Amino acid sequence: MGVRYLGAEVQRMEDPRLLTGHGRYVDDITMEGLLHAAFLRSPMAHARIRSIDTSRAAELPGVHRVFVHADFGEKYAHRMNQLYPAPVIDQNKTQYPLARDEVCYVGEAVAMVVADSRAIAEDALALIDVDYEALPAVVDIMTALDDGAPLAHADTTSNLMGKMRSSFGDIEESFSKADHVFSARFMQHRGGCHSMETRGVIARDDPWGDGLTLWTSAQSPYLIRRALATWLGESEERVRVIAPDVGGGFGPKAGFYPEEIAITLAARFMERPVKWIEDRREHFMATTTQRDQHWDLEVACTAEGKILGLRGTVTHENGAYIPYGILLPNSSLTPLPGAYSIPAIDVGVDIVFTNTVPNSPVRGAGRPCGIYAVERMIQVVSRELNIDPAEVRRRNFVRSDQMPYETGAKLRGGVPCIYDSGDYEALLDKVLELSDYNSFKERQAAARSEGRYLGIGVSSCIEDTGMGPYEGTTVRVEASGKVAVRTGAASQGQGHHTMIAMIVAGNLGVKPEDIMFESADTAKFAHGVGTIGSRVAANVGPSAHDAAFQVREKALKLAAEVLEASEADLDIEDGVVRVNGAPDLSITLGELAMQLTPMSAMRVPTGFDPVLEATSYDGSSGSPIACGSNVAEVEVDPGTGEVKVLRYSVAHDCGVMINPMVVHGQIVGGVVHGIGNALFERMIYDDQGQPLTMNYGEYLLPLASEMPRIDVTHMETPSPLNSLGVKGAGEGGTIPAAAAIVAAIENALEEFAVEIDYYPVDPQYLTELIDKGSAQAAE
Amino acid sequence: MADTRDIEVKVNGESRAANVETRTSLGDFLRHGLGLTGTHMGCEHGVCGACTVLVDGEAVRSCLMLAVQANGHEVTTVEGLASDDGTMHPLQEAFWKHHGLQCGFCTPGMLTSLTAFLRDNPDPSERDIREAISGNICRCTGYQGIVDAALEVAKTMQKGS
Repeated sequence: MGVRYLGAEVQRMEDPRLLTGHGRYVDDITMEGLLHAAFLRSPMAHARIRSIDTSRAAELPGVHRVFVHADFGEKYAHRMNQLYPAPVIDQNKTQYPLARDEVCYVGEAVAMVVADSRAIAEDALALIDVDYEALPAVVDIMTALDDGAPLAHADTTSNLMGKMRSSFGDIEESFSKADHVFSARFMQHRGGCHSMETRGVIARDDPWGDGLTLWTSAQSPYLIRRALATWLGESEERVRVIAPDVGGGFGPKAGFYPEEIAITLAARFMERPVKWIEDRREHFMATTTQRDQHWDLEVACTAEGKILGLRGTVTHENGAYIPYGILLPNSSLTPLPGAYSIPAIDVGVDIVFTNTVPNSPVRGAGRPCGIYAVERMIQVVSRELNIDPAEVRRRNFVRSDQMPYETGAKLRGGVPCIYDSGDYEALLDKVLELSDYNSFKERQAAARSEGRYLGIGVSSCIEDTGMGPYEGTTVRVEASGKVAVRTGAASQGQGHHTMIAMIVAGNLGVKPEDIMFESADTAKFAHGVGTIGSRVAANVGPSAHDAAFQVREKALKLAAEVLEASEADLDIEDGVVRVNGAPDLSITLGELAMQLTPMSAMRVPTGFDPVLEATSYDGSSGSPIACGSNVAEVEVDPGTGEVKVLRYSVAHDCGVMINPMVVHGQIVGGVVHGIGNALFERMIYDDQGQPLTMNYGEYLLPLASEMPRIDVTHMETPSPLNSLGVKGAGEGGTIPAAAAIVAAIENALEEFAVEIDYYPVDPQYLTELIDKGSAQAAE
Repeated sequence: MADTRDIEVKVNGESRAANVETRTSLGDFLRHGLGLTGTHMGCEHGVCGACTVLVDGEAVRSCLMLAVQANGHEVTTVEGLASDDGTMHPLQEAFWKHHGLQCGFCTPGMLTSLTAFLRDNPDPSERDIREAISGNICRCTGYQGIVDAALEVAKTMQKGS
């Protein structure tokens, strides 16, 4: 028992609804008396607000009210709360729900119109007159800390938000005994959320009835409940947050946004429910992104390419505010040393304010940046020492016999980073085989004879997944025989319903289709954390496993009494408890539930609690470390700078797979996100902080026509840290992808000596590098 | 006073009359006027394809077409793809089987675009299918399950013809 469905490719239970147009996303929800809001946003990156005149807008027929900061009153005049306070935050800048007297990025909300329809609300925005006094804006992180640089906030003396550092081992010794020291500098740019569903919120405030209810397109409804209740100074008990169907999250929907407060206050002041649906232009301006990081690194190694140490500095752009603590810079450092055994590391980060949209994690958070940095240095070692990049990796991997391996780095909260299990070299071998790596040189030579430039790139990664502290699951058998399963974790397409139903059904002995799954509603489950950092499988999974097991134990104990049999002789299948060897003796789980939960005047069986139910918060006793190795094969046109990804191969290990079909989807989708980062996605601001890429003609997302078929193979090294042996899978596709693509491009252009120091690698940038390389070669 | 017109549109086989503002997009009319929320608005500037519906059988971006332009025409939305008895369209079945959707937001537009494409191109290559959906953005799947689903349906259609 217990593992009947685990590992099966069960078709997703959420799909028929979504395929037939019966999903319920925020904008699909409507209710009596609903009003619609629109936001006026700052057109300037940095300005003082001298005055706002809303009188013309307020007079427009259909407009109910126009709000600016002062209209919320003294009680609601404070800045937003810091979600993740940390001692290294020297300047804690968060927004007001509506800007007070200073705007610090283009897109910061300045006023809100509430009207009968969205269209009227937008009409009214054009009638609001704001008198701005332009202030100097800071945009470039490389000069943001210079003396005399413009300041992102008028009341500060520096753009340095704070500093942090990851340091372990004897770095001086590593560098002094090295045969070689190589260095590299590069910029990384990760782009935005771009979930196909934008953000959206409905608030309804019913002080005499249900209290405050928020329907929001979010990854972390419990975080929003806490943050909103805290900000309002009210009890969480009277705040209900529901994440209905959510059309993709990818990180930026994990936070808490000014609009969630503003819409709440609108509903409160208007005494009517209010809806706001972000439009795509707002998404470009006001949904958090993950923008530039500049890395300046040195690597110390032996003549054989064994890495002894890594040191350097990172400049991290945090945008105008800190909505999400230091999670991004922190998670950029913690993956160092990647999949390798590196005895000493010393890397510091300067976290810098600019007048751009605030930053928060995008798929993988800082991990893709940290892994990219390590992989770049492996590439440098390979190039400088002329050792095959796969071989350099082999010489440096953490070996399976070193597991569990403590890297020396610290995860969030100062917890030591320990690689729990995995065989990185075997995984590399698998992907080399899958990608026909060993015969690439022949393919390359054949193509070259036709005038085509092929290149291959390898990238390996680790991913800390499943961060705590917990998620929970309640499993309850109803008298109907149906099984209610509830968890706090919100889904944005990851297939949680199916995964959890598979675990519960297998453990309890019921059919998956008899499970009624509900999630992401704070009124229906006591507490949760959020769907971030590839953590749901490794947290909800074990809790569902344990809760189902407890219900099973309780059912068997009662059934043994009712059937007068030994528990050891009982088994449960399809919701029926049977006595082995006595097929006529049986009772359904529904009948047992009825006995435990009788109606009036009946009694609960002696020695039992009422209700055939259990709740568990069992999770992972640490972060399970997933791993992967990727190979990208590209063709580059040196004339135009166009890069085609011809093949992309992945070997991935996320421990025991609950549903391999879902894991495959996560990996392939994640890889494509990473290819987008490497080649296409670029959020450009000019030197005055004006965003220039504001639609999908200017900001390029990966399309089906540009993407290759992605070949995936798996290893399943169980994690010892949880009852199911699972690790997270949501970000492992994205994390190594940019490094593989960039290495492949460099490999294709070896004769031009191209060294890529920025991604996305767009054609213009690449042709500039090719021209530069050609010119140097000609000298 | 908003400029309005009376229109009559056949939606998923059913005639629907309404008085609409001339500036209302077909997508907004379907979603908010008729309550057919299966059609999703992703970018509202004609690139992402999530809002694609069939107008007289042709795939059309309902964010770029006004409701008044649909007057007298037939519109099919994702809600109209399954049979009257609820049996899913072969494409819907194939998307389900091949994990061609995750969050489900782009799915209605993918289904409608591919319905029109496969009708007109019954023997497509993988490249053809990738080009056909290059006007539909999916952020979740990496497109592979969608392409596999369309290839399978094309193959089945070939056998059936």
